[in-house]
Formats: sequence, C-alpha cells, structure tokens
Amino acid sequence: MIAKDYTILDPHGMHARPAAVLLKLARLYKSTIILKKDEMQVQTKSILNILALSAKCGDTISVIIEGADEPEAAKAIDTFFNDILK
Amino acid sequence: MNGIGVSPGISIGKAYLFKKTEISVSGNILENDEDKQIESEKFKKAVSDSIAGIEAFKLNKSFPTDREEIEILETQIEFLSDPQIESDVLDKINNEFKTAGDAVIEVIAAAAQMLRNIEDEYISARASDIQDIGNRILNHLNNNFSAMNLSGKDNIVIAEDISPSDTITFDITKIAGFATILGGKTSHTAIIAKAKGIPAVVGCGAGLAKIEENDTVIIDGSTGEVIIRPDQNTIKSYIEKQKIFAEVNALLKTLKNISPITTDGHKINLYANISSAVDLGQVFENGGEGVGLLRSELLFMGRTSFPNEEEQFQFYKQVAVNSGNNPVVVRTLDIGGDKHLPYFKIPPETNPFLGYRAIRICLDQKEIFITQLKAILRAGIFGKLKIMFPMICNADEVKQAKGCVQEAMEELTTSGIEFDRNTELGIMIEIPSAALMADILAKEVDFFSIGTNDLCQYTLAVDRMNNKISELYTHFNPGVLRLIYNVTEQAHKHKKHVGLCGEMASDPLATLLLLGMGLDEFSMGAASIPAIKNIIIRNSMSDAREVCRKVMKMENSVTITSYLKEVMR
Repeated sequence: MIAKDYTILDPHGMHARPAAVLLKLARLYKSTIILKKDEMQVQTKSILNILALSAKCGDTISVIIEGADEPEAAKAIDTFFNDILK
Repeated sequence: MNGIGVSPGISIGKAYLFKKTEISVSGNILENDEDKQIESEKFKKAVSDSIAGIEAFKLNKSFPTDREEIEILETQIEFLSDPQIESDVLDKINNEFKTAGDAVIEVIAAAAQMLRNIEDEYISARASDIQDIGNRILNHLNNNFSAMNLSGKDNIVIAEDISPSDTITFDITKIAGFATILGGKTSHTAIIAKAKGIPAVVGCGAGLAKIEENDTVIIDGSTGEVIIRPDQNTIKSYIEKQKIFAEVNALLKTLKNISPITTDGHKINLYANISSAVDLGQVFENGGEGVGLLRSELLFMGRTSFPNEEEQFQFYKQVAVNSGNNPVVVRTLDIGGDKHLPYFKIPPETNPFLGYRAIRICLDQKEIFITQLKAILRAGIFGKLKIMFPMICNADEVKQAKGCVQEAMEELTTSGIEFDRNTELGIMIEIPSAALMADILAKEVDFFSIGTNDLCQYTLAVDRMNNKISELYTHFNPGVLRLIYNVTEQAHKHKKHVGLCGEMASDPLATLLLLGMGLDEFSMGAASIPAIKNIIIRNSMSDAREVCRKVMKMENSVTITSYLKEVMR
C-alpha cells in the first residue's frame, strides 16, 4: 500500500474536468485508488463520487493506492496532482 | 438591462430565442420482469447512443474545437458512463418498478441536488452539467431532438441557460453573442463563450424574456450591459466601441508574454492591484507578474463581525497558492476615512481623512492587528507574501508595527504553527511627512510603495471628492513630483525596492517620468498593464531620465502635461 497527501492547487478545486482526467488515468492501472478527505472516502471510479468530495483549493486529499502496479500508479497520481491539477 | 459580463467584447445582432422542452415524470409503474428487462435495455442503449453522439461530434472537424472544449465533452462522457448513476438508475427500474425515463429523471435530480449543496461555486455550477446529461439520455429515450435553425452570422442567442449538449447543436460560426437569464461566472455559457471569444452576458434575470425573436440587441460582454431595440445613435456609438475594443485586444494579445524591459535593458516590475484571489486570473491574462497591492478590506466587509484568524488565513492562503512564485504585497487593514465597517464603530470626526484610520487604528487595537498579521505570516509559506503598512507618518509607527509583527511571530512560534519567517515588510508612502523623511524610513523597511491618490490629496490639501476644486488635484504638481522623486532617490540610496500603486501608475503620460525617476515597480488595475508595458518596451532608460530631468525643471502642471503629451506623441 502507498499513501500520500496532496494539497489541491487549482483555484477551482477538484472540478469536473480534472476529475474526469483522474478517472481516465486511474483506469490505466490495476491498483485500487482511494481518495480521502476528512471522514469521506471514495474510489476513483465514479466522477460523481469524486466531485462529492468537494475538494477545494487549499484542501488536503489523502490518496491510498493498493495493488500489483502500485508504484506505477503512484507515479501517475503524483503527476496528476503536481502538474495537471494546477 | 444588466447582467454579468463573462466574455468581453461587443456584439450587435438579432435575437435568436433558444427554448427547451421539458420532459416530466410519467408516474407509470412496471408490471413484470419482462418490462424491467426492456426498460433496463432501453436505458443502456440511450446511454451508449448519447456517448456515440458526443464521440461523433468530437470527430466532426467542421466545428472548431479547442482543448478546453474537448475536455468538456470528455467530462460529459464520464458522467454518462458513471457507475454510480448507472447502478442507481437500474436499481430504481428493478426494485421500484419505475420506467427508464422516470428513473433517469429522479437519479439525475438527486445528483444535481447533491452537487448544488456543495459550497463551492465551481463545483455546484456543474449541477447544470449533470442535468444536461440527464436531458441527453431522455432525448435518446424519447427520440426527441430539436436542432437550431440559424440564418446569417449576427445571431445573439437568448436563452434561460446554455448547456454543453446545447452547444453541440449550435453552429458557432453563426453566433455573435450569448445572453442568458441564469448562470454565473463559471457557468458553461461563460466557459464556452470565453473559449470561443464570443461576447456573453449571463445572469440577466427574467427581464431578458421581454426580447422577441429578431429584435435588435446589443450586448457588452465587458460591462454586462444588454440593450434591447437600441436607436441609431446608440448603435453608432457601440460600433465605435467595438472598433476600440478590437484594437486594444490586438495590442493586448501581442504583449502578454513580452517582458517589460526598456530598449536599453532595464527590467521593470508591472504588478496589479487586487481585492481577492478571484482577480488573479485577470492579472496573469494581462501579463502582470505579481501583485503590488492586495487590499485586504474585502475580507472585512459585508459581515457582522471581524473575521477570525482562520478565516483570514484561508483568504490569504488562496491568494498565495494561486499566485505561485509571484510576489504579493498585502496591505494591512485600511479602514477609517471613507471606509467603515458596520461592526467597528468610529465616533464621528470633523476630518475623517485626517483622523482615526488605517495603521492608527491597528496600533491602537493591537488584537485586531496581530490576528491579521498572524494570518498573513501563516499563509506566507504557500507563496511569496509581503506585508505593507498604510498611512505611516513617522518612524515610531513603523517601529511599533514591526514590534507587532515580532509579537505575532512569537505567538505563532509558541503555538508551534508554521509561518514564513522571512516575510518582507514595507510601508505605503502616502503622507507628505513620510515622503520627506524617506531617508529615515528606508532604514526601517524592505520596500516602499507610493500611494499617489492620498499623497496628492494630502500634499495639495485638495479633497478628491470636491468637484469645485478638482482642477487643483493633479499628480503632475511639481510639489507632488518632488516628493515622489525624493522617495525613489532615498530608496535607491538605501538599496530598497520602490513601487507605486496609485492611479498615477496607470497614467500613460506619467510612465516615462516615473521610469526616469527610477521607480522599480508599477502596480495598477490589471486591464491597464498592456498599455503601460507598451510604453516601457518602446523607450530607453536614458530617454526616460532625460524626460525626468526636463520635467523637474518645469514650474507648473500645465507645462508638464503638455510637454509629456508632446513626448508621448
């Protein structure tokens, strides 16, 4: 299992378009990817559920990755939060 | 009529009324498993048909599609294939015996409501996206399609709201503008219009329903104005405005990524004055490289009590995060004078502008001041924030203010809260005494920022609001210029940064003069940046110094302005 925290830098937060990008990205890996904010947690399978996290700019999201290809998936998630969502 | 201008530009055209048919719940109950099977299949087919429709649209090369728009379409596909929505719909069909249509209406309504409840304008605005997805599926379920029938190229689309699906039916080359009853800055109409460079006004309210098909309509996407059935003179004046807008826009586009460097290689900082993180987008769009003045008052207004440290921290943090590595100068609370807070009563004064205001209040009410300082210091670790004290009139005030910063830092250290220890401290130079004793004050601070509006008013003893004496109010008065000259000279002697954040920074007549005095930074409303940059990149520092030398010998503001006009020609 790999767990890492990210701060949302996009002024509009985790809105619909980046959420869709994340979804597509997650689909490329076998690992289960879970996003956690406060007491709420969701899998990266439903765009609706990702939006329901209502992650705003400055919020911290914990990402938990578990599965056979978790190092690769973690790298992709890193790129997403650091380069795409900003 | 007025709405929110979301995509700048002026359009004059004929109204095209865009109406949608609403599909309502049938209330039918399914009778057996076979029906359930049929409805489930119908739903799945409607979804896959909807996806196929969007895919086909994406490939349609005749429609000019940019990256942002493709992302919107792909997001629609994600909503359409969302496992949560699918399982909720199938659940309603199989366990509540609802028709596919009814199930879709209910599930979509619940999802839209969920998004609306999220306290974030950008996410809650996506409720209309999900509603739109629902309509797409319903249209496929009912074989119900209405295409737009546009003729000519000057159509102004008048609608309640415009959804991503609607855009698919539009022939964008025939649309000159959008005006909608609903919607805000982040609505789909706004995004699409901006991406396409089509003027748009949203949130006009019910008054828009007065417009009839083919009425002549003018919309101004910068000011949010909508004019219905204008007369010939109005049309003429708007055609003129259209021309000016096109010229300015062309200039703006060419300058955005050019650095403000004089022809002989002097780099100048062109910053913007802002009120909150929302304004930052416009700053960067106009090529601004930082913020020379963040007025913190917005945070304190429209409330019933002072914001606490956490609320303030969030406000500054958002600015810090969104400005990345660009510097942001935060001015501490500047109330009093003509700015009052309903929850902080100041007894009536004979001369409020010479009274209890700005730093004078802060040094008197230290709790308020230290709370703000702590919030700014904490937010500093997310970006490059600087702190600036307004209305300084002597060195003792600077020392006291710095003492408060020290106190704030100690409190944060004791509580083990992280903050930026290296936050730069500066002062506004807006009182003549401060300008005259710049040599003394320079030793106390990291930077100066000249506030020419108040400096003029105090130096000339002219009330800016008094029309009878408005001719006396000019920043080209040689007395005012000597004060500014002294400030820049002393700042450089002590190797301190000096900026100017008043109206004068955006006055094209003053640019060369200030440059020649050695001003390091010009901070102004974001929209003025391209025009000022245009002057800087076309002139040399040695020419600017020459202009300054000449102006400083002139005796009155009339001679100075006419000389500067001559130079700028």
